Amino acid sequence: MESEARTLPSAGRLSGAARLSRGPLFGRAHGRFGPGSGGPLPPCSQENADPQKTAFLLRKQWALYSVTPLYKFSSGKLREYARLLGAFIAAERHKGLAVQVGVDLDIQVTFSSLPDLKGSEQDHAAMLVQLSSRSSVSPKNSEEKLMWSGWFCCVSGDDLSENVPEDFTCLPLFLANGAESYVAIVGSWFQKTFDCRFRRLAISPLNLTWMAAMWTGCKVEKNASATELVFSVPCLPQPLDISYAIHPEDAKALWDTVQKTPGEITQEEVDLFMDCLYSHFHRHFKIHLSATKLVKVSTAIASAHCDGIIKFLQSKYLIGVLMLLTELAISQIQ
Amino acid sequence: MAVVRPFDKLPALNSAAVLLVGSDESLQQKLAEAILKEKKNFKISIHLATSLPLPSERDHLRPRIDLIAFMIDIKSKYSLKNVEASLAHVDASFFLGKVCFLVTGVGRVNYCSVEMNAIWKLGEVYCSPVLYCELELEGIRVATAQRLLRMLQICAGHIPGVSALSFGLLMRNSADE
Repeated sequence: MESEARTLPSAGRLSGAARLSRGPLFGRAHGRFGPGSGGPLPPCSQENADPQKTAFLLRKQWALYSVTPLYKFSSGKLREYARLLGAFIAAERHKGLAVQVGVDLDIQVTFSSLPDLKGSEQDHAAMLVQLSSRSSVSPKNSEEKLMWSGWFCCVSGDDLSENVPEDFTCLPLFLANGAESYVAIVGSWFQKTFDCRFRRLAISPLNLTWMAAMWTGCKVEKNASATELVFSVPCLPQPLDISYAIHPEDAKALWDTVQKTPGEITQEEVDLFMDCLYSHFHRHFKIHLSATKLVKVSTAIASAHCDGIIKFLQSKYLIGVLMLLTELAISQIQ
Repeated sequence: MAVVRPFDKLPALNSAAVLLVGSDESLQQKLAEAILKEKKNFKISIHLATSLPLPSERDHLRPRIDLIAFMIDIKSKYSLKNVEASLAHVDASFFLGKVCFLVTGVGRVNYCSVEMNAIWKLGEVYCSPVLYCELELEGIRVATAQRLLRMLQICAGHIPGVSALSFGLLMRNSADE
């Protein structure tokens, strides 16, 4: 117990040092390896992505997972993987571990590549896995219905991909939408086939404050939805949530007064921004929000929950948000 | 509003006083109880405060404070702000080994609301040891209580040959390695 408590601080200290600053927009990091080594950032990679192709990722709740590098994964074999995973799911259902017992559903598995979701040259193309159902009674006239989807991606994950041995593919971030039981089945197939490990990726309140600050600073249209922060009050007999909504233009104006160098964000700036919001709230309601836990941040860009749930709202900033999430996933694996 | 000073009062015979400063009163209480449960051969008085400065009206009744432990909960940014504000009301000579920072909640990184770097810096700036613990777990709470008690004995001058300052330096050296 004691040794466990003692080893933690050094880990905390490292990650602390790594978070001193983030580069442009949602950037990664000059910080990670100290100032200077970050070099120029990929020129607005979000422009490259075709918004049409990634539109289906928006406005859905995705549960976040971190995945260790995949061993002997080949993007040329996606068809074969789809067949194998389909057979695996059928076998699992046969074993009685079925997700829906009694319903005769034919599950169709498709694997596809999402080459647009990339931050840098080294990043592996994102991969989408979809499970759709078709009633086996009348396969002809019934339409396929999408039941579950999950995708692996890596956006500017160079820190990880540069450091893994050959034969390993880095796709550290996994996002799933649909029944959790399918995550378990698909996850166990991936774990068996590629010797990787899935873990739920929670977002700490500290990282949520980063998101609140970074997303507030982004330009959005005039009638954007309000920036909302949800806090949960600890140590109470019944749960109490406080919702703090700010007009996006007011929030942006505040952020603009806080941020010193455009294109770079520091921990101090994020702290100052949050402190300003907290002290404003305290002036009106006499509640110290800094003593509560920040559980959710929603802006016009995206919304994130500390349990590890994200919803993307703007295709323009999709890559930027994924970049930050990839960074969090990598820090969880390392 | 009085600044807490380490040497403005005479020490009482065979006794020591520790001051716990932190915004979470229930955790403070638990730690104080754990300290009291430990076996010891001197009289201990534990003073609890949510923040400094201490009220000046009862100052003449208070014994000499031998050790101040500032409690920070990584789940609450307020606890850190509170400690930072309280530090201004501590006399500089206290920082010659008679102050420590007790960081609780360590191990729950997913709940972290404060930057660990900020805590580490606090220890650097105030030349005081930072102890990491999880006061909500009983085993670690007991171990932390024992640790604090040992430090308190040193700070109160009960251990021959070891002063608070030399102990503080020892802690710093081991932390730097």
